[in-house]
Amino acid sequence: MIDISQIKLSNAQIAWRAAQDIEDGAYVNLGIGFPEMVAQFQPEGKQAIFHTENGVLDFGKAPEPGNEDWDLINAGKKAITLKPGTSFFHHADSFAMVRGGHLDVAILGAYQIAQNGDLANWSTGKGGIPAVGGAMDLVQSARRIAVVTDHVTKKGDPKLVESCTMPLTGVGCVTRIYTSLAVVDVAEGRFVLREKIPAIPMDDLQSLTGAQLHTDGAVNDLVCPAELA
Amino acid sequence: MDKTIQTAAEAVAQIPDGATVMIGGFGGSGAPVELIHALIDQGARHLTVVNNNAGNGHVGLAALIEQGRVDRLICSFPRSADPSVFVEAYKAGRIALEIVPQGTLAERIRAGGAGIPAFYTPTAYGTEVAEGKPVEIFEGRAYVQERWLKADVALIKGELGDSHGNLTYRMAARNFNPVMAMAATTTIAQVSRLVPLGGIDPEHVITPGIFVNRLVEIANPAQEEELNRAEAVYP
Repeated sequence: MIDISQIKLSNAQIAWRAAQDIEDGAYVNLGIGFPEMVAQFQPEGKQAIFHTENGVLDFGKAPEPGNEDWDLINAGKKAITLKPGTSFFHHADSFAMVRGGHLDVAILGAYQIAQNGDLANWSTGKGGIPAVGGAMDLVQSARRIAVVTDHVTKKGDPKLVESCTMPLTGVGCVTRIYTSLAVVDVAEGRFVLREKIPAIPMDDLQSLTGAQLHTDGAVNDLVCPAELA
Repeated sequence: MDKTIQTAAEAVAQIPDGATVMIGGFGGSGAPVELIHALIDQGARHLTVVNNNAGNGHVGLAALIEQGRVDRLICSFPRSADPSVFVEAYKAGRIALEIVPQGTLAERIRAGGAGIPAFYTPTAYGTEVAEGKPVEIFEGRAYVQERWLKADVALIKGELGDSHGNLTYRMAARNFNPVMAMAATTTIAQVSRLVPLGGIDPEHVITPGIFVNRLVEIANPAQEEELNRAEAVYP
């Protein structure tokens, strides 16, 4: 088996790739943690408007340390800033934006994604204290649900699977997966490989994936800026 | 009509044991810290608390839990930078937890305030959170029935307030406060500044006074985040 640690994409590269697909003018929600990185890589000329579910649209970057205003935070409870065009709203309106289908894209992390688009990302199901936040609302509602993730778990187990063994966040919701090795769409109950990094042979990619990877037309090279590695 | 009360202690004096109390805020942003601390001082026990989170550090909601006043918590995300108070109480079986997806929590509260006993949402369909709940198909898609959520008391935090209870909020501190104001029998607001009637442009009122029963001015209110950075403990 190939050692992927030397060839896989960094989180910044995965986030960069996900950012390339965000259309100009799109309303976008980024999950807490790794997915937030996508905001750093908006392509020139494409302006996305970011939504954070605690009640802010179109916010600015993190303030300098010491300049935080703790009434102005994102869903990850990190300080953000105002910018021209920012708006505030209460929680019921915020989730009306979500459930009402007004968001174009939500990008989340994942424990497991099944070939039918089921997503598990809120609980490993191994005890502990459950905490769901807004993930279950987001995955049922945005028009495009994308996942950014390592292709395999830290132990090397596939994250793309035939069916999820962990508690579900949503059923049949994921439309595209950006992994550390590939870009995979979910279409008609199966994984369709769109791009893969040139360094990984097809057989190895398949063996690191827990369900059949189908192709539908060309599989393009997944090439990301080297400086983000 | 004058709904203003002089002190936080007087504002929360009537909250009985066993009450269901909604507490505004998302993390520390918009959390009515002084009202929560007054409730701790007041001593009410066996409370059911509705909040997005489960407290952070040893102030505010975490302190209320640490003092053993909360029997049951309804929230979406019982994690924070320092959730140790809740975690300890939960693991010891001293507090019951109902997890509600965040948007469903907001809408259940809104429905409670709007007189809508139940509604259907796509959220959580097919997950363990929706187990046992009625499901209906609308336009070919499955939706889960959720019920309204009401409270005896809501403790909320506003920015400006007037004697009729009209309120504004400050930035993302709005969060759950306006919907909780609608869903409680008695809504108690702390505001950073009381202004005379007419002091809030009617176009800028976010919570009309009809949803507010009492309000108290707490100038320069504490921020939970700053209290925690100073490692504050209440009481």
